[in-house]
Amino acid sequence: MLLVLLVVVILNFLMLHLAPGDIADTIAQTMGGADEQDMAELRKQYGLDQPFFIQLFNYVVRVALLDFGQSHFYNLPVFDLIMERFPATLLLVFSAQILSLFVGILLGVYAAQNPNGLSSLFVNMFSLFGYAAPVFWTGILLLIAFSLHIPIFPVSGMRDITIESGNFFVHFFDVLKHLFLPMITLASIFFAYYSRLCRASMLEVLGADFVRTAKAKGLSKKNVLLKHALKNSLSPVITFAGLSFSAVVSGAILVETVYSWPGLGTLAFNSIISRDTPVLLGILIFSTLMVTVGNLLTDLTLKALDPRIKI
Amino acid sequence: MKKHFLKTLLLTATLIFTSLGVSFAEPKKGGTLIAAVGNNPRHLNPAVQSGIVTGFPGAQLFATPIRYDNNWEPQPYLAESWDISDGGKTVKLNLVKDAVFHDGVPIKSSDVKFSLETIKKHHPFKTMFAPVVSVETPDEHTAVLKLSSPHPALMLAMSSQLMAIIPEHVYGDGQDPKTHPQNSENVVGSGPFKLVEFKSGEHIILERFDDFFIDGRPYLDKMVLKIIRDPATRTIGLENGEIDFYAFENVPTNINRLKKNANLNVTPDGYAAIGPIDWLAFNTKSGKTADVNVRRAIAYAIDRNFILKAIMLGVADEARTGIHPGSPYYEPDVEAYDIDIDKANKILDDAGYKKGSDGMRFGLNVDFGWPGLRPNAEYTKAALKKIGIDVTVRQSADFPTWAQTVSNHNFDLTWDTVFNWGDPVIGVHRTYQTSNIKKGVIWSNTQQYSNPKVDAIMEKAGVENDMDKRKALYSELQKMLANDLPVYWTNTLPYHTIYSNKVGNPPMGIWATSSPMDMTYIKD
Repeated sequence: MLLVLLVVVILNFLMLHLAPGDIADTIAQTMGGADEQDMAELRKQYGLDQPFFIQLFNYVVRVALLDFGQSHFYNLPVFDLIMERFPATLLLVFSAQILSLFVGILLGVYAAQNPNGLSSLFVNMFSLFGYAAPVFWTGILLLIAFSLHIPIFPVSGMRDITIESGNFFVHFFDVLKHLFLPMITLASIFFAYYSRLCRASMLEVLGADFVRTAKAKGLSKKNVLLKHALKNSLSPVITFAGLSFSAVVSGAILVETVYSWPGLGTLAFNSIISRDTPVLLGILIFSTLMVTVGNLLTDLTLKALDPRIKI
Repeated sequence: MKKHFLKTLLLTATLIFTSLGVSFAEPKKGGTLIAAVGNNPRHLNPAVQSGIVTGFPGAQLFATPIRYDNNWEPQPYLAESWDISDGGKTVKLNLVKDAVFHDGVPIKSSDVKFSLETIKKHHPFKTMFAPVVSVETPDEHTAVLKLSSPHPALMLAMSSQLMAIIPEHVYGDGQDPKTHPQNSENVVGSGPFKLVEFKSGEHIILERFDDFFIDGRPYLDKMVLKIIRDPATRTIGLENGEIDFYAFENVPTNINRLKKNANLNVTPDGYAAIGPIDWLAFNTKSGKTADVNVRRAIAYAIDRNFILKAIMLGVADEARTGIHPGSPYYEPDVEAYDIDIDKANKILDDAGYKKGSDGMRFGLNVDFGWPGLRPNAEYTKAALKKIGIDVTVRQSADFPTWAQTVSNHNFDLTWDTVFNWGDPVIGVHRTYQTSNIKKGVIWSNTQQYSNPKVDAIMEKAGVENDMDKRKALYSELQKMLANDLPVYWTNTLPYHTIYSNKVGNPPMGIWATSSPMDMTYIKD
């Protein structure tokens, strides 16, 4: 895993290095103009005037020492910048993942019962719509519907800063209210994956001998469906959920932009366009961590579903 | 008759009371203004960070020596009065006596000296205070600026966000002011509002500073600046009332959509000094555009009215020169290059650019500085096809990519938006001065345009304190530039301020939100 990280870090550095322009240009942009000497001074200050390999070496050494450094753009410690936003992304990504799994499986089970029926077609269409629609478009559509025409949910941010109450539950429900639309938007991409996967897997399992046996034993339909069939058809869905975790994290970037969700996604995007290398590196490490934890959770879930699996 | 009289009396009384009601509508104290900002500021100290993003919170946190009214007239602010003597080479500022910083320490003339020196050293607009040789502080409330030459741009340079008065005892502690930790946290300012919290990517919360040096101001208790990058989200927020105020909206469809909302006011006023202009810049040094005939033909082939009507949807104004139409120095009486395809073709024919068998004379690239200018670039391709120029639209991945291309002079044509920043010396000269051809620096004279006569006029206008003479010089400059055409100016960037009906006195001066909002209030 360390080797993977090293390769990722070097590749990332290379890519940023290949991109034209640097932090001095982006600072000139925010300033509305620039001065030659100031730009040269900035480049010197951040070591951008050094030869490529020395920059790379310094960069890798810093990573090895777990020194996240200072953001060139914000002049703030990268670690603080990330920790400020990490919980928001974590909340969004995990809640969206859980929601999409839950709804996806539910739809899949429902569709599998009558695979060629109208309801199955409807489920397919609904989930494919979520998959095919660009996520920022879904986001804006939901905003127009549920913030403008039926004003139930707020348009942006993660909390209402005008709330002065110290009550935990007030804040909890406030965050929940803000989370609702971003969570659904992000989850909508994955409904299709999970429901179709679950449907296919269920269909296969439903035709298996042990299901026929269960039915023959006279078990209730619900019991057969949920206890015998579903449990045995979940592993491909869960495995895929683990694999798609990185996709959820990247999908979060767009969702965070639309809803001004104060997470890592917007920070990552900003650090790429402003060539803020230290911040991007930091986010990379945290994303890797997040995906790794996500995969670990997947494995644990799989083990719980099927005791034969060893971790 | 009596009945009629009574009726008239009643009507008159009603009229009087209503008019009294209007004229005596005292701004209400208290309340919170929820504003949106479209970008995350790097930090909040305008002394070492220019740009409109830092300008909004920066002008609330920090006071400047003077401020401007809606008619470009300087008004007292932190300096209660000023004297200009010695042919404009000595400027004496008399500071307000009881002004204090947010930590309670009095604002002294030494802070003015420190601020000016910091800005002169670290602010990117070097022309603002270049002629200031020294600042003398004969007493705590008097600062005397000694200049090497008269400098009419000085007044504007001492206003808005451009000359933030920062406390020497905080920012003069030996740390680099550009990376000072108190630029983002625990900011100690001198303005009407103090910082409560700056959460990067989320919000900036400002609170009324009770000891502000203007009694009774500011009216607002609190300002919340929500950072919302997505234009569609901001628009919905304004429509559903979650956001009271947003400045610098420039997306024409959003502007027109918001205009239809009865709860919102949409105005283009307040951006004259910011002075954003959209233009098509030429590489005047190399390639086909080095020939002034080619540049003129291109200008004749591009229909400014099409841009105003079809791309800007009627929300932008025509800009015929590099000085914003809202500026007192704007000269509309220049060669405007109104659409004339025949003339454009004739100019190219006469200059010896023959059409090939495919009807094309030669090819050019067009770049654009930010995504909002993409339609202009696409239109350029279509428009120039009519005069036999085969245009390739080059899309840059992002700003730094484009900036590298243009600042290193590897372009033919590029669409761009450039700001005037108040006085022409600050934001206009830089585009045309021979001495400002600086490779690698964006928004320098990237056109590499050089005309000694133009240089001479700018030099003269930069030190001319007489308003009428100065206007005449700039008028001549604009005519000469329109003739040489290093840049084809088309329109103002349609910045608009959107505010809900409950907001009173939004900033309508020349500096938009880069000015103190101590008079803004929330109605009942």
